[in-house]
Amino acid sequence: MTLQLTDEERGMLAGEQGRATKKSMEILVALGEIYGARRLIPVRSVQVAGVSYDNLGQAGLEFLEEMAADGRVRVLTTLNPAGMDIESWRELGIDETFAERQRRVIEAFARMGVIPTCTCTPYLSGNLPRFGQHIAWSESSAVCFANSVIGARTNREGGPSALAAAIAGRTPGHGLHLERARVAEVTVQVEARLVDETDFGALGFVLGQALGARVPYLTGLDPDVSLDALKALSASVATYGGAALFHVEGVTPERPAPPAERLVVTRAELDRARDGLSDEVAPDEVDFVSIGCPHASLDELARIAGLLRGKRVLRETWIHLARPLRDVAERAGYVRAIEASGARLACDTCMVVAPLRGRFRALATSSAKCVYYSRGKNNLRVLLRSIEDCLALATTAPAGAER
Amino acid sequence: MSGARLTGRRIHGGRARGAALVSSAALSFFGGVDPESGVVTEKDHPLEGRSVAGRVLVFPHGKGSTVGSYAIYRLARRGRGPAAIVNAECETIVAVGAIIADIPCVDHVDIGQLPDGALLEVDADRGIVEVVDR
Repeated sequence: MTLQLTDEERGMLAGEQGRATKKSMEILVALGEIYGARRLIPVRSVQVAGVSYDNLGQAGLEFLEEMAADGRVRVLTTLNPAGMDIESWRELGIDETFAERQRRVIEAFARMGVIPTCTCTPYLSGNLPRFGQHIAWSESSAVCFANSVIGARTNREGGPSALAAAIAGRTPGHGLHLERARVAEVTVQVEARLVDETDFGALGFVLGQALGARVPYLTGLDPDVSLDALKALSASVATYGGAALFHVEGVTPERPAPPAERLVVTRAELDRARDGLSDEVAPDEVDFVSIGCPHASLDELARIAGLLRGKRVLRETWIHLARPLRDVAERAGYVRAIEASGARLACDTCMVVAPLRGRFRALATSSAKCVYYSRGKNNLRVLLRSIEDCLALATTAPAGAER
Repeated sequence: MSGARLTGRRIHGGRARGAALVSSAALSFFGGVDPESGVVTEKDHPLEGRSVAGRVLVFPHGKGSTVGSYAIYRLARRGRGPAAIVNAECETIVAVGAIIADIPCVDHVDIGQLPDGALLEVDADRGIVEVVDR
């Protein structure tokens, strides 16, 4: 055994600080040994995924309630989206039984001191680590954003290992916590001007296919690239390749040496990837439009409000966001513009984790990550389109539809 | 007739005895195993149609969603979980599942030495897997 524990940690593992701490330490020590960690490192911030009852099931709920008996988090810990809007779930067509169980999941987390932010963008809702800080996050898009854009350090945790880190206040020090795993492995020269979020989604797909989980060093991107574009890239890279870190020349804060191995990405490849992220769907077939994967930012909400102001949506349209941002968006007048159009602002949840199977046939979305889960989990046919194109579709009546 | 005695690495302690259920392919507990019955449901999987309940489950490593850890826990709570888990190379999903479900688990074992159906004894505290009767 190479993992060295402090006296306090040995006591925690032996059960001196309660059952949940003991269970948490068992998880962290086992993972530390599997991956060759030398010690546990204190963390300052945790993001816990595995919240939707649709994914957890009764067993997950039972586990969480058991942990909540005496488990309390030691550090700032926030929560991933749930399977429904905690307040307006009826409007989203969620049934009573599901809602009751989902509420129990949230309550178990809350008893442990986990703040039920219910968002996949913790960095937009009060859980913002600093450069170089060790954190333990699950939610693959947020992990990739935190490592790449912020320069914080986290492995790609699962729900239980992140919760264990929160309760123990520690995580095994291996992988991306160590300098050597953070170096770039392949220089990727992007020979295209990336226009909207679908381009960044397509780039994530190309990187995932070509590199798997290897760390890219991207050149050729506009140094003025938006955070929203990097949010889209983070989600797509993590979905299609499993990488938890990328570097962008002149943009991201870690400045590794550009690797000798090179890959060139052309406009044609991006277009091919983007086409592959859509199915054969006639625009008239689209009965569901969904934006906000990862959850929409204030900039995106401003864009969406601008596009919907004075219009009516004629197909079911959901915009996903964190509840705290909804409050701010309300002050800015975005909420009124969006809701007056008939589009729904669905807080606390998203189309990836909500129980949607069988409710819709064809989806238009601006998110490459959402494409993957909509196809695999919810059995939908999809169109990947920019926010502008998605909302143009939403406000156009399908041919032959009743007005 | 008794056979091999293999030494590996303890992932989660405990002792168990049971008939081996051996898979040459990785296993996903979320979506690949029916959570109520313990029967493997993944299409074209070597264990498709067979139940993991009460068996010493031998497979190379886990795969799929990290929700799989909860699925292992759910099986165990229903009394349909494996008696023990033996892996070639354990990863996060199975390790965390075994720990929260309290299932003895050992890895770094040459699983090719473990015949399907053989009676195995697992002493996970010491990392030992023994073929008691084949």
